Amino acid sequence: MPEAKTKQPPAQFITTQFNHILGWARKFSLFHYPFVTACCGMEYMSAACAHFDIDRFGAGWTRFSPRQSDMLLVVGTVTQKLAPVLRIVYDQMTEPKWVIAFGTCAVSGGIYDNYAVVQGIDAIIPVDVYIPGCPPRPESVLDGLLKLQEKIQHQDQEWRWKRRRY
Amino acid sequence: MEKTALLDLLRQKFPREVKEAFTDLGDEVIIIEQDSLLPVVKFLRGQPHQYGLLLDLTCVDYLGQEPRFEMVYHLYSLTQNKRLRIKTRLSKKELRIASLTELWKNANWLEREVYDLFGINFEGHPDLRRIFMYDGFEGYPLRKDYPLRKRQPRLRLRE
Repeated sequence: MPEAKTKQPPAQFITTQFNHILGWARKFSLFHYPFVTACCGMEYMSAACAHFDIDRFGAGWTRFSPRQSDMLLVVGTVTQKLAPVLRIVYDQMTEPKWVIAFGTCAVSGGIYDNYAVVQGIDAIIPVDVYIPGCPPRPESVLDGLLKLQEKIQHQDQEWRWKRRRY
Repeated sequence: MEKTALLDLLRQKFPREVKEAFTDLGDEVIIIEQDSLLPVVKFLRGQPHQYGLLLDLTCVDYLGQEPRFEMVYHLYSLTQNKRLRIKTRLSKKELRIASLTELWKNANWLEREVYDLFGINFEGHPDLRRIFMYDGFEGYPLRKDYPLRKRQPRLRLRE
């Protein structure tokens, strides 16, 4: 009976949980703040501009204030001198917030195993996704973004009137 | 070892100060005494040689030798299109040398860099403090006896 198959039901609805729909909404509206300190910034620009177009994944808006952003991209080498600045930037971001360590230097210090460089920014702030590469290709940046979206979708969301079990 | 007119002139004019003068890799090099930097440089900077551009100023640590530290100055003459390298060894007791800030403004930050990373004191520098490393950093990290794995984080690190 082909008629019955093509005929739509009068009302469509889906069931979900508020936690899931909040994660779905949040993962596609990531405002990012680029904390760019080194050459990885070129790959960040490439990933963010029209050729690779990070906007396809809902993270197209760059906010140049940490107070308006959800996702902190730490792009490049972070020195010991710069570490307090990064901590301040992270503390200024509003919840919920996520951090991506972009490039080998931000992940582990990279080739700069010396007195001046922090050996991985996870010594300063918590990191959600690590993107290796020196510098990472824009494809791997987008792959890291997709992994972060997956994490956001499946994590336990926070909202203001959430009932808390103590 | 090629001889040039400038090197001969320097040998005659500063017989005590200039210890050696030779050419190396196409550039003229002179090795001078520690306390005679300013008169030699002032002479080179004026007429007729016009070494008016201080390209770079740095330090080398020869650990195990005595004297240990060597200052290296690179001068450039825009009118002659020639470069000149000035080297001087610093004795261990007094790690100090005259500042060139009264002659070149860019010597200010270059000397701060050498002070920061090697701990050389520049006499007559208007603002001798660290430029790269932060306040509270102990030691001089580009010295050969700075421990390779020594870290001095500014923040208390996580984990």
